[in-house]
Amino acid sequence: MNGIEGAAIRPLIRLRGVSVRFGSVQALRKVSVDLQRGEFIALVGPNGSGKTTLLRTLHGMLRHQGTRELADPSVVQAMVFQRPFMLRLSVANNLRLALWLARVPRVEWAGRAELAMHRVGMAGLWERPARALSGGQQQRLALARAWAIQPEILFLDEPTASLDPSAKKEVEALLAGFAADGMTMVMSTHNLGQAKRLARRVVYLDQGEIQRDLPTEVFFGDGAGARADQFLKGEMAWQLES
Amino acid sequence: MDEPGAELPRGASLSALAESVGTAVELIVRADSVLLRTVGLSLAVSGTATLCAAGLGLALGAWLAVAHFPGHRALVLLLNTLLALPSVVVGLVVYLLLSRSGPLGSWGILFTPTAMVIAQTILVLPVIAALTRQLVGDSLRDGGDQLRSMGAGPMSCALLMLVHDRWAVLTVLIAAFGRAIAEVGAVMVVGGNIDGITRVMTTAIALETSKGDLPLAMALGLVLLVVVGVVNLGISAAQRGHGSALAGVR
Repeated sequence: MNGIEGAAIRPLIRLRGVSVRFGSVQALRKVSVDLQRGEFIALVGPNGSGKTTLLRTLHGMLRHQGTRELADPSVVQAMVFQRPFMLRLSVANNLRLALWLARVPRVEWAGRAELAMHRVGMAGLWERPARALSGGQQQRLALARAWAIQPEILFLDEPTASLDPSAKKEVEALLAGFAADGMTMVMSTHNLGQAKRLARRVVYLDQGEIQRDLPTEVFFGDGAGARADQFLKGEMAWQLES
Repeated sequence: MDEPGAELPRGASLSALAESVGTAVELIVRADSVLLRTVGLSLAVSGTATLCAAGLGLALGAWLAVAHFPGHRALVLLLNTLLALPSVVVGLVVYLLLSRSGPLGSWGILFTPTAMVIAQTILVLPVIAALTRQLVGDSLRDGGDQLRSMGAGPMSCALLMLVHDRWAVLTVLIAAFGRAIAEVGAVMVVGGNIDGITRVMTTAIALETSKGDLPLAMALGLVLLVVVGVVNLGISAAQRGHGSALAGVR
């Protein structure tokens, strides 16, 4: 079921009947979902429910059965992973690399990189080796690297899962800022409190299927349904307040 | 067949060792012109062979880390098997190719340093390619998804990992250089150990051993170790200079 059905605008990404299999494991089963411009979707569900697989399928990183349609094939996408991978280069060169891979004209590199570093509050760390940064700083750099290419869609795979509470807060503030700017975002998370704070729509997955796709307030109200409710009860006690 | 050293009286081995150390020091201090020429040729041949093999081996290893095709596993298995390639076999193959009656005999380069470079390139190519494949494969498991999500194609990912792992790549090249400069079979067969033309450290050592001058042979061996040690020291210093800020950082 789709929570935002009937929208007149063509979705940025549309999945129809998408299935993904890894060997003998069926990671996604005939999933259909639309991603509209400006949305902030949280993908939640138990371990192994298919959140990361759905995220990567939306991003176009996985082979799948079924259809994946883009509103525009040239739509710019970026992804931030739970553990950001930084090349053993300086902060500046990691940013330049992202811009080069995204085929951003060279004349724009300096301006975009500088803006991105200011945006994540790391303007003074320009020449530092990226791998010498703390976990929270590396995640902010990963966000800067993604933001610098000005993506229309940003995918986030449990972006704060390996961060301490203060770094988590900083990253959440940045994500809220991106959302306020109108960036479309899809985030997988185990942290239901974070989903509630940031997302406008929650997609609940279980055993590779979308069980619920609802506006956040409905999902966390009484619209989750029995199985999702069970999941919420199991998680809420220790996740919601973090 | 008895080896020359087998006839040394008991206790003579230790005195021969001590004598060889003294001879080695003397050769180095005196900067013997023949020694310098031999060391120079050793470094030139093995250094050039390592560079040639690096050009091919780094690209081959990086490609094998990302390529998928029928027979890929067999090729990797073959490459790993070639790590144990005996140098004398490489020498024989190159000799057959370059000898006057061989397919490349018209080049007329047998018993020249060029032939020695070709043989050593073939010898160390599998070392560089196999270790590079492993290195790049490991790094891709760590960060390949990130690079792909940023728009890098498979080969771009692999080449970026070579940049990422550049100090480890340098260690691979040092290992390859070590294998090249320490081998004797290939350069002996295709070079012929001609004094002043194709004589390198290892063939000189083999010659002195066969003549029974064990202290001099041992001394040349020590000089070879010192030379390689100095080269490695220089590379390590460069590594520390450029990479100290990243040391131990993951």
